[in-house]
Amino acid sequence: MAKIKSLDELMKIKEKAVKEIQMRDTEKKGKIIVAMGTCGIAAGAKETLQAVVNELEKNGINDVSVVQSGCMGLCDVEPTVEVIMEGSDPIIYGHVSPEQVSRIVDQHVKNGKVVSDLLVRKGEI
Amino acid sequence: MPVATNTILMCAGGGCISSGEESCLQALQKAVEKYSLQEVVKVVETGCMGMCDAGPLMVIYPEGVYYQKLTPEDVEKIVSEHILKGRIVEEKLLDNPVSSLKTQNPYDDHPFFTRQVKIATRNMGIVDPMKIEEYIAHDGYFALQKALSMNPEEIIAELKESGLRGRGGAGFPTWLKWDLTRKVPGDEKYVLCNADEGDPGAFMDRSILEGDPHSILEAMAIAGYTIGASKGYVYIRAEYPLAIERLRAGIEQAKELGLFGENIMGSNFSFDLEIRMGAGAFVCGEETALIESIEGKRGQPRVKPPFPAQVGVWGKPTLNNNVETYANIPPILTKGAKWFSSIGTQTSKGTKVFCLAGKVKNTGLVEVPMGITLREVVYDIGGGIPNGKEFKAVQTGGPSGGCIPKEHLDTPIDYETLKELGTMMGSGGMIFMDEDTCMVDVAKYFLDFSVEESCGKCLPCREGNRVMLDMLEKITQGEGEDGDIEKLIELGKNIMDTSLCGLGQSSPQPVISTIRYFRDEYEAHIKEKRCPAKVCKPLIRYVIDPEKCVGCTACSRVCPVSAISGEVKKVHEIDSDVCTRCGSCIQVCRFGAISIVSP
Repeated sequence: MAKIKSLDELMKIKEKAVKEIQMRDTEKKGKIIVAMGTCGIAAGAKETLQAVVNELEKNGINDVSVVQSGCMGLCDVEPTVEVIMEGSDPIIYGHVSPEQVSRIVDQHVKNGKVVSDLLVRKGEI
Repeated sequence: MPVATNTILMCAGGGCISSGEESCLQALQKAVEKYSLQEVVKVVETGCMGMCDAGPLMVIYPEGVYYQKLTPEDVEKIVSEHILKGRIVEEKLLDNPVSSLKTQNPYDDHPFFTRQVKIATRNMGIVDPMKIEEYIAHDGYFALQKALSMNPEEIIAELKESGLRGRGGAGFPTWLKWDLTRKVPGDEKYVLCNADEGDPGAFMDRSILEGDPHSILEAMAIAGYTIGASKGYVYIRAEYPLAIERLRAGIEQAKELGLFGENIMGSNFSFDLEIRMGAGAFVCGEETALIESIEGKRGQPRVKPPFPAQVGVWGKPTLNNNVETYANIPPILTKGAKWFSSIGTQTSKGTKVFCLAGKVKNTGLVEVPMGITLREVVYDIGGGIPNGKEFKAVQTGGPSGGCIPKEHLDTPIDYETLKELGTMMGSGGMIFMDEDTCMVDVAKYFLDFSVEESCGKCLPCREGNRVMLDMLEKITQGEGEDGDIEKLIELGKNIMDTSLCGLGQSSPQPVISTIRYFRDEYEAHIKEKRCPAKVCKPLIRYVIDPEKCVGCTACSRVCPVSAISGEVKKVHEIDSDVCTRCGSCIQVCRFGAISIVSP
């Protein structure tokens, strides 16, 4: 590893390390839950999860955590993705393919607008 | 790019390791593999999380859920339930003493955590001690970088303003020590770190070194730059192999990044250090004995003055600070002296790390602001006394300190108030005692420790403590005489006045302090031949209550000396002349028929 000679170089290492650590930070603005039950995985939830992670990474969003959960009982509309943004009701989306993920991130996570054509349920179950 | 979505922190502090962290970690890795979670779960081993009593501990992020008292089976279950299915495993959560519900995020709502202010232990339980990047992410090495852009006078002025005092016991102002060593002329100076933690019940230095070794390295480099030294020693006991291993790894990593060793961060300042392992002699925590030991000699104190600031290691000016003191230095420089001095009391700034041990529910490691009352430490953070017993006293300062009884529970803790109470801050061990503790026995225990650890160089400590111990032995045997208490006080004061080093100057303290607060217990032993706490074996008897005994023979079967006689279904009896007071019978009696009496 190259030796650190200046404050800038130290800062660079810090920024990189902070990014990795932030993943475990609880001070998040929101949470995206991908249901990874057997039904979800069979319907392609693994790819959806990967797409969620990629899309957040691509948009530089690091204050939203990605969590996996089990089956929520909506096996019919899997893969399901639940988006919980601070201060608003949880939103459950159904039939979320990797292609739809970018719309959810773009419209809902970034701009706070619910993607209505994918909506399954609004509010606490 | 696959990104870890769950980070699991496993506490790898000494306490959790000894309660089975390693097998839990293996179970965790196996479970992660079993469910093919390698890409979405990151496992990090951290330093001590503080709540040693509840170990092995594990925190799962991003939710921040805290699981306690784990077994490998629990870990497997948590992976399959929590990680895979998103369901919290309720039964492994901590109890919340405030709401009687379980708590998921104790950092937010459990008084053990919310009452703490973490400065010296800021990174413990959060960072992976084996990864320098994680330390840097938490502002690590920024203080060193800042220090290198300041001149030494400015650093010392900052320390002076912060009000930081030595955390090893006596509370000497840190800035003054640094300034004195800096002002002594000489181009060869040394920086020492005293990690020879020897008090029974104290383990904060070990925990800091195990949990955050870089904070010590960084602070020692800053000290080297300030006083003009390019070499340092960490004097650490060989019983701390994990701390040594992590410190070594830390030095390697810091050197690789150019943050340690030759030309630190491209400047012309170089600093390197050597680890010296001690054989675990208590007296080597005394700074001049420590220096002797580093030089390869027998660990015996030198006469002061000259102080180490003038004549230290290899006869050169030497700066010596305790581990916890060093751990406070980087935040003072990065966050500023004003911030630091806003915490604490008039005379004692900042925080103190305490190790809670003995009869307290939440044993472990805590860092609290100076000025907190003992009551808060015992009941809020410590969770009170277990088994419904009553708090009797707490010993601070280990064998050099004294006890604080319950009348003084509301005293704010700082260097001065503890001194007024006849004890001292010491390194920060707090040993709690409940109503079943005999204070004469406690004093005997600590004095016995000092007698064992006396280096024998000077007479008052070597012989005086021995005589005091013999007297205490006599008292607990029921052979005490009138006037013994006065003799103990007089001899104790003489030892403290005439001993060469800190060990002898403080070793009678536990006796004097227990006499001060619990004189009635001494008198009961001497005059009435009675041990009020029913501890001292020659003064107690085990008896069977004939009304409660059903003659189940459990006690007579377990008695190792056949002191209990009686037939099946008939009342049993204990022969006091044969009985060794081992207490086995009381544990097996299911009817509460056996009790201890002291005449």
